Amino acid sequence: MRKRRMVAPVAASLSAVLLAAGCGGGGGSAVTEATGTLEDPITVQWGEPQSELVPTNSNDTFGSQVLNPMFTGLVEYDPKSFEPKNAMAKSIELSDDKKTYTVKLKQGWKFHNGEEVTADNFVRAWNYGAYAGNAQQNADMFNAIQGYDAVHPADPDGEEGPKKPPEPSAEKMSGLKVVDDHTFKITLKKPFSVFPTKIGYQAFVPLPDAFFENKEKFRKNPIGNGPYKFESRTPQQSLTLTRYKDYQGDDAGSVDAVKMVVYNKAQTAYQDLKSDNLDVINTIPTSALADNRWKDELGERAISKPRMGITVLNLPMYKEKFKNPDLRKALSLAIDREKIVKQVFNGEATAATGWIAPDFPGGPDKGSCGEWCNYDKAKAKEHLKKAGGFDGQLTLSYNADGAHKQWITAVAGSIRDTLGIKVGLNAVPTFGTYQDQMDNNEMTGPFRYGWVADYPTPRTFLKPLYTTSGSANNTGYSSEKFDNLIAEADQAATVDKANQLYNQAASQLGKDVPSIPLFTNAVKGATSNRLAEGTLNSRTVPAITTFKVAQAGE
Amino acid sequence: MGRYILRRLLQLIPVFIGTTFIIYSLVWAIPGNPFAGMCGPRGCPPAFIEQMTQEYNLDKPLPVQYVLYLGQLFSGNFGQTFNGIEVSTLIQNAYPVTLKLATIALVFEAVIGIAAGILTALRGKGFVDNLVLAATLFLIAVPVFVSGFVIQVVFGVQLEWIQPSVGSDPTIGQLIAPGLVLGSLSMAYIARLTRTAMFENKRADYIRTATAKGLKPRRVVSVHMLRNSLIPVITFIGTDFGALMGGAIVTEGVFNIHGIGGLVFDAIKTQEGVTVTGVVTLLVVVYLLMNLLVDILYAALDPRIRYD
Repeated sequence: MRKRRMVAPVAASLSAVLLAAGCGGGGGSAVTEATGTLEDPITVQWGEPQSELVPTNSNDTFGSQVLNPMFTGLVEYDPKSFEPKNAMAKSIELSDDKKTYTVKLKQGWKFHNGEEVTADNFVRAWNYGAYAGNAQQNADMFNAIQGYDAVHPADPDGEEGPKKPPEPSAEKMSGLKVVDDHTFKITLKKPFSVFPTKIGYQAFVPLPDAFFENKEKFRKNPIGNGPYKFESRTPQQSLTLTRYKDYQGDDAGSVDAVKMVVYNKAQTAYQDLKSDNLDVINTIPTSALADNRWKDELGERAISKPRMGITVLNLPMYKEKFKNPDLRKALSLAIDREKIVKQVFNGEATAATGWIAPDFPGGPDKGSCGEWCNYDKAKAKEHLKKAGGFDGQLTLSYNADGAHKQWITAVAGSIRDTLGIKVGLNAVPTFGTYQDQMDNNEMTGPFRYGWVADYPTPRTFLKPLYTTSGSANNTGYSSEKFDNLIAEADQAATVDKANQLYNQAASQLGKDVPSIPLFTNAVKGATSNRLAEGTLNSRTVPAITTFKVAQAGE
Repeated sequence: MGRYILRRLLQLIPVFIGTTFIIYSLVWAIPGNPFAGMCGPRGCPPAFIEQMTQEYNLDKPLPVQYVLYLGQLFSGNFGQTFNGIEVSTLIQNAYPVTLKLATIALVFEAVIGIAAGILTALRGKGFVDNLVLAATLFLIAVPVFVSGFVIQVVFGVQLEWIQPSVGSDPTIGQLIAPGLVLGSLSMAYIARLTRTAMFENKRADYIRTATAKGLKPRRVVSVHMLRNSLIPVITFIGTDFGALMGGAIVTEGVFNIHGIGGLVFDAIKTQEGVTVTGVVTLLVVVYLLMNLLVDILYAALDPRIRYD
């Protein structure tokens, strides 16, 4: 009998718990006095960053989502327009020989731990980032500075060669000199007109002395000088930032506490947003993208803006077949971009007309791709004929862990139908493997490539990707003319002149077609009813400083 | 009994070494450099890749790597992820959540499943029996991600009875709905298993004897019939609990629960070999111990079973 009596209390308590869960759960939380404070923070969709939270060693968007509001560099990019403007720098002055910049810092700025931000914090941080021994991911961001080659010597026979790069002969770049607490000089290897724009990139922020004293502690509890400071973190779950009250800059935030919550499924985040259980999302699940359902469901809360990036189909010019420019042009002519934008992306993308993102500050693309980016069946066939036809199967590669399958299938279909050749797809399981194959020149056919601007000048789309020695040149493209145009642009007298020359260089790509520009898809996201304002920046990272809590009772 | 348990525990050692070696070599054998994708489309500087390769001993031959890893593991160090977080911290954060979720699912499936099984077996053919059979068939047929999304959308988004997802550090109340979803499939199996076993035993000789002795029907059912019928059910519950403790990737994903399943899944995706090996090793040990526990429970339920 003893056992039987247990059943009733167990059943009773279970149903009580069920009832409590049913009544007490409550879907969306409304706006109250506490909204936006630590008690009830504004929540943002997030994912576990791939790297430690150190600006010189972090590269992914999830890392940026935290580091962006935590650090302020000399120059910052406007989250809405992506335009650069001075932040910590009072002035950046160029010397007569166009090689040395004198940077004056604003005074009275403090790190979150109370340390004053001085010129030394910048110089030490940049030297740390560049030094090969520290093996930082963003090391090559500093490569324009004089003395970089001494702290980070190049591999004498390239990455693939058996020789290892020599040991660095110095720990500090000779081009960086502290003048006084609030002044330092940057000497570059050679004139580089858009350098003051480039230093708005995340890797160029200052680091506090606390970082150099105890790096292990800093990794667990990062300290910055930006509008938000680190509060707490549970790895793989969440990270909370709070507003830094003594922030001196003019991009201070208005929300007191923001919590980044790790979501493994875009679908779940989307449901949470719809019921105000999550305040900002920066991905829209595929199911809601169909027929633009998300825009109907979210109405005014939907965010859609141009991305400062571009998706291209890179061509492996290290393979004999693709050395023929007529074949490359034929492929480009055979892709009906407008149709793909309309059918696959429901119009939430822009068909590419060149290699630079449309609406790009400092020089949007002026149609550098020219006629090659227009769908033209007859001309495509003509160029294929000129190239001597195409034997065998053309295989397009993409990484299967991103949302690429749909559109690349459409691209493959377009090429097949237009040129009448066999087209296949090759899905590489992970981006890591994919990147490895690109690095090692192992691609056998065209492969998809996405690029997001690091800084707001057209150079970011050209120099790393298409110059002979470019750090991300995966096509094997090498053109003396193009290299010279880029070098000339780098040394231009003014930024405007430089941007003009970069655009000219892009037109040179239009003659050679080393890759096929496809489209730029929109930055898509949404905010909840609890926010009156809030947007994503043009790299899809939620811009926390733009958040404003809605009025209570709304 | 003591010797039996000891023998079983000793068997754990070769199984432990074997599984960890297989997992370790498989994870790191995935083609492609795990660090190559870390810097996005720009690619990583060679100095970065080289240092990471050295840090994770990937420049050494596989057996050496494995021995180094095992040595580290035995000194209580699970290692660090690529972004510098202790794997032990990750496990500490994720395991309590998985344990809670697994327990809720287990209580749910055992209580409702066994109750439904007993009810249908005692009532015999009729409306209740048909209802339970149809309901369990339905639960077996519907995949977990479907029932998960339906519950989330209906109760979370439309009716707003529950939160559509579970935050970090969830309470028992928040985990009830995901627990129901997670346990629903096994609940159906348990109901059917109990029903069949009860039906079989209903006509057994010892039951007729017990009834003929004049025992109250309640006692016949709860002590004589149920105890014997529960043996296969216990086996099922035991192995199911072992599986639940390994995390539930789908349910965790739908309700955004940060449990052990999602941790392993994410780690596999990003080729975080250290995390995968560490967590899976732990799971193997838990699973083996659960199996041992089930075997011991047999002996307690059925005095005829002796292990020595």
